[in-house]
Amino acid sequence: MQTVLNLLEAEPIRLLLSFALILFLVLNLAGILTFAERKVAAYIQLRYGPNRVGPRGFLQPAADVVKLFTKENVMPHRADMWIFLGAPIAMFLPAAAVWLVVPFAPRSVVADLNVGVVFFIALTSIGALGLIMAGYGSRSTFSLLGAMRGAAQMISYEVPLILSLLGVIMLSGSLSFQDVVNSQSGGFWHWYFLPQLPMFITFYIAGVAEARRVPFDLPEGESEIVGGFMVEYSGMTWGLIQASEFASMALVSAITATLFLGGWQPPFEFLDLGNFNWLWFAIKTALIIFTFQWIRWSLPRLRMDQLMDFGWKILVPVCLIWLFVTAGAMLLLPSVF
Amino acid sequence: MALGLLQQGSSYGVLYLYVGIFMLLITGFVATTLVLARLLSPGRRSGTKGQIYETGETTVTDPWRPFPVRYYVFALLFLIFDVEAAFLYPWAVIYRDLGLYGFVEMVIFVVILTVGLVYAWKKGALKWV
Repeated sequence: MQTVLNLLEAEPIRLLLSFALILFLVLNLAGILTFAERKVAAYIQLRYGPNRVGPRGFLQPAADVVKLFTKENVMPHRADMWIFLGAPIAMFLPAAAVWLVVPFAPRSVVADLNVGVVFFIALTSIGALGLIMAGYGSRSTFSLLGAMRGAAQMISYEVPLILSLLGVIMLSGSLSFQDVVNSQSGGFWHWYFLPQLPMFITFYIAGVAEARRVPFDLPEGESEIVGGFMVEYSGMTWGLIQASEFASMALVSAITATLFLGGWQPPFEFLDLGNFNWLWFAIKTALIIFTFQWIRWSLPRLRMDQLMDFGWKILVPVCLIWLFVTAGAMLLLPSVF
Repeated sequence: MALGLLQQGSSYGVLYLYVGIFMLLITGFVATTLVLARLLSPGRRSGTKGQIYETGETTVTDPWRPFPVRYYVFALLFLIFDVEAAFLYPWAVIYRDLGLYGFVEMVIFVVILTVGLVYAWKKGALKWV
């Protein structure tokens, strides 16, 4: 047994194994979340949701994959083929690659980069690039409208997203996710969402906007621009874009749980599960994902000017003010922090 | 040789090698999926199918044309704050050791940027018509 474990931890095997696991996790998350999304929507609207394929409809994602694979990929003949086909790659890449630096349990992180937070932010911007590629490459009016909206939205909400992480970095003194989680040990009152409450709320809202979820789904806006940047996509190209949307929602939830809710840290010290602490991480992430879905089926979509006003005139000033407050508090009360 | 390099595990450069290899792998995976879907799915092309979707209307204009300059202003503002973040992140990491000096430095730096934001606000650059 020990020999097998040592063999698995030897470098090339560990590398390949962890890559396979991450890819497995991302794809399954995307599949399960499409199902969960529809079930949550159904129960909020007093319906049953998908319940025909398999027991209680659990095999619906598998049926969807089969359907998407056998559907024709229609591409507008005026479209720029390479940009059009490159867009799903550019959207899927950040949603999958950031999982490398997320700590799942005390010793379980694939690559503990010492600039993990910066890595997360850098890759999030690639998602915006993929969106613009999809809209521009289609050479369609609705697509381009959606892409321009999306570009404006994502770069605007990237600013509060970046600024809201400063408080956490100041308190933990590190950019590595593993260090941030370690510095939140010892019960839920040590988690950063309490001293950083405004930053936590800002990060959560900006995260919803970066994942392009309702109420920030203007780039898609199915009731006005019928799908926005992905209106020309069909079959598996559409499926990959959709998968990356769900994966990035799960990613934002996981990052929120890691940075503000203690990651794999248990809420009370006597609930420490050792190597099984990933259960806490999973529970926190799942709860945040559920709030995302809850918001989606409860709130209407924002208007474009409301969206921009909210980002620049409320979230950014809140971040700057709380940056001063945190810095001042750390200076005046060094014993507390 | 490559094997020996990888076995150092936690060293600085190797981690980035990890990330690089993984990104290539993801790109390859998505590309393979696209190719596979192309092979599995039917591909009957026709002129009507190749038209873009505009709720049933025939397209009259090319969408590739100039768009409002408003986006440019927001992109500029984003750039300013993004560069600001590039300076603030290293500061935030070592803030605990900097003490009062670090606090004053940051206040001066952020106030200058805030003045810029307020200026843009008052000029109406943040107004979306």
